[in-house]
Amino acid sequence: MAGTITKKENFLKGVIKDNPVFVMLLGMCPALGVTSSAFNGLGMGIATLFVLLMSNIVVSLIKSQIPSKVRIPAFIIIIASFVTIVEMVLEAFIPFLYEQLGIFIPLIVVNCLILGRAEAFASKNDLLSSIVDALGMGIGFTIALTALGAVREILGSGSIFDFRFVSEDANTFILFILPPGAFIALAYLSVLFNKVSKTN
Amino acid sequence: MDYILILIAAVFVNNIVLSQFLGICPFLGVSNKVSTSIGMSGAVLFVMTFATTVTYLLHEYILAPAGLNYLRTITFILVIAALVQMVEIILKKVSPPLYQALGVFLPLITTNCAVLGVAILALGLENSSLIKAVFFAISNSIGFALALIVFASIRERLELANIPEGMKGVPINLLVAGLLSLAFLGFTALV
Repeated sequence: MAGTITKKENFLKGVIKDNPVFVMLLGMCPALGVTSSAFNGLGMGIATLFVLLMSNIVVSLIKSQIPSKVRIPAFIIIIASFVTIVEMVLEAFIPFLYEQLGIFIPLIVVNCLILGRAEAFASKNDLLSSIVDALGMGIGFTIALTALGAVREILGSGSIFDFRFVSEDANTFILFILPPGAFIALAYLSVLFNKVSKTN
Repeated sequence: MDYILILIAAVFVNNIVLSQFLGICPFLGVSNKVSTSIGMSGAVLFVMTFATTVTYLLHEYILAPAGLNYLRTITFILVIAALVQMVEIILKKVSPPLYQALGVFLPLITTNCAVLGVAILALGLENSSLIKAVFFAISNSIGFALALIVFASIRERLELANIPEGMKGVPINLLVAGLLSLAFLGFTALV
């Protein structure tokens, strides 16, 4: 697989063609759960990108050592270790984001996107293409989460990255920062994404 | 009284799927038929209750006294993965009909974030005890079952509906989930 496609195609496939959120519907729980603002979406995206990148690197390096019968538990331990690192780093250095993301940080470990890439890509490909794959998928995920967070924050709080552009007492569309708004915003964003990606 | 509050909060007010966004993958993935969604709900009830019991005891008597809280994520996910395997093997041996009904859903449950999520959330309950944690897990799986089965029934109807081209598939399902979540928002004042 790595031989037939170029690095650029490999990277772009994660960002657009197989976008984890809009096309493959992986990692939906954090995508819906933490995106009440653009900043939270970006934070979650970067945390996931880090875990994805590190676990892809490790899996790709030790793939020949792992017996195939126990590969899934082995992948889960590798992923869980990096999630624990992210958890500790966020708690120590960005406590505000740690509070906001809450339970979704330990839950990165069950994000099907990460296990899916370890199983479907990193365990079959060399180090360099696994890194490119992780970067593409991770950035695609981050873009999707940030976009969803931005749409919800603009409509729901009248701000973007905490910069308010409406007056304090303005009526905003609060529905969008509540749970139903997550589903509805993602529904329309994926219509838009399908439209745009099909015309290209 | 405490227990009634936990039940109502978990099923209606803070529904695990529709307001906490845990377990979205099976919620969108296996909800095209009512019968499969009932099977999935049964498997989740089984695994979630069992997993929360074990993880609660593990946390209370091993991790917390030894000051190993940071190992929580790793141990919990391993325990859940092992439990799912064990449940699968035992069911196959002891109750083949139940295995037939739940079998295909069991492997999917390891990566169901609702199970790990509830196991972690159960540690944060007020004056938590083992019974309370287990009750919390059962309430949440009832909430999961309710959301999943209602959603599946709506999707069965949608098959016959005339949906605009661009909305077909994922978007319309998300929109339905959004409206369902909006309906559940109406329960907010209950607790």
